[in-house]
Amino acid sequence: MYYYEKKLQYPVRVSTCNPMLAKFLIEQYGGADGELAAALRYMNQRYTIPDKVIGVLNDIATEELSHLEMIATMVYKLTKDATPEQMKAAGLGDHYVNHDRALFYHNASGVPWTASYIQAKGDPIADLYEDIAAEEKARATYQWIIDLSDDPDLNDGLKFLREREIVHSLRFREAVEILKEEQGKKRFF
Amino acid sequence: MSSQYKYWKPFVGPFDPCKPIRVKSYATPPQLYITFQPVGLQQFETPHQALMHGTLWPQLYSPYPDPIKGGTSSA
Amino acid sequence: MPKQIPPEYYQCLEELQAIDFVLVELNLYLNTHPHDFEAIKQFNETAQRSMQLKVEFEKRFGPLMHFGRSYSNYPWNIDDSPWPWQV
Repeated sequence: MYYYEKKLQYPVRVSTCNPMLAKFLIEQYGGADGELAAALRYMNQRYTIPDKVIGVLNDIATEELSHLEMIATMVYKLTKDATPEQMKAAGLGDHYVNHDRALFYHNASGVPWTASYIQAKGDPIADLYEDIAAEEKARATYQWIIDLSDDPDLNDGLKFLREREIVHSLRFREAVEILKEEQGKKRFF
Repeated sequence: MSSQYKYWKPFVGPFDPCKPIRVKSYATPPQLYITFQPVGLQQFETPHQALMHGTLWPQLYSPYPDPIKGGTSSA
Repeated sequence: MPKQIPPEYYQCLEELQAIDFVLVELNLYLNTHPHDFEAIKQFNETAQRSMQLKVEFEKRFGPLMHFGRSYSNYPWNIDDSPWPWQV
């Protein structure tokens, strides 16, 4: 089961009320390579992956949930108390019509999240290669959001999240190495 | 340590309407060069430093934007 | 009634975030390096430090966890402490 702890993984700050950045950032909330997709992808693959690497999937999935909470916090802060006019000027008029300032699991273009963003092939190598690709795509998405953002506090949090994609990618690569290893042999470093 | 960014010069056509970017770059962060993290890798000195860098190990740290080019848009 | 957040809250929270981040990193590392004795030792020592910090933090700023992982005062104060996205 899950326990909730009332703290973010990393101190999230944003400098200004900026709904346009929220619109870009929602890509990492409900987009194809976003944190929701990541958490659900790994959490679901863990049931059928060999025992030796279940922990890798389980724990990275759990960390992704805390990243989802960080993204939500950024979006919430960037739009909190924004006027309808500000929302409209930021290209969020259509969002406001449907959701007010509520968060919603969709991407930067407003396309709702769908399960077809994630894969579960059942083949351990295919699944782990998907996971490595997902981490690299999420890393790239963070890069492009940082390029568009002029908010230094927001970028500080985004750089942390980008670095986490790198560490996760390495752990998935190591999981592949563990599964490739000839049985009965011991790993030497 | 391997370089974290690579550069290339794309073809510039005579009728390209946007101002050409002469040199483009892409990221090649450290995980691409580490098959399996070695035991006993040097750690950041304090937990706070690790948190600020997003990793416990300096060798896994990847700066963005590219500190040499300082962004992707400059020509 | 608006909640008041004392300035020390942020400093103490960041100390906790830093220690717990070391635990996340060591945990992910140990998943693929289960025989690294030194890292396991560091993990266990850091886990103990984290628990101590949480006891001190909760005394000053209220409960961090629900479902019986933290104690409550009277009246019920599990949801009194600020929510992470509000601070």
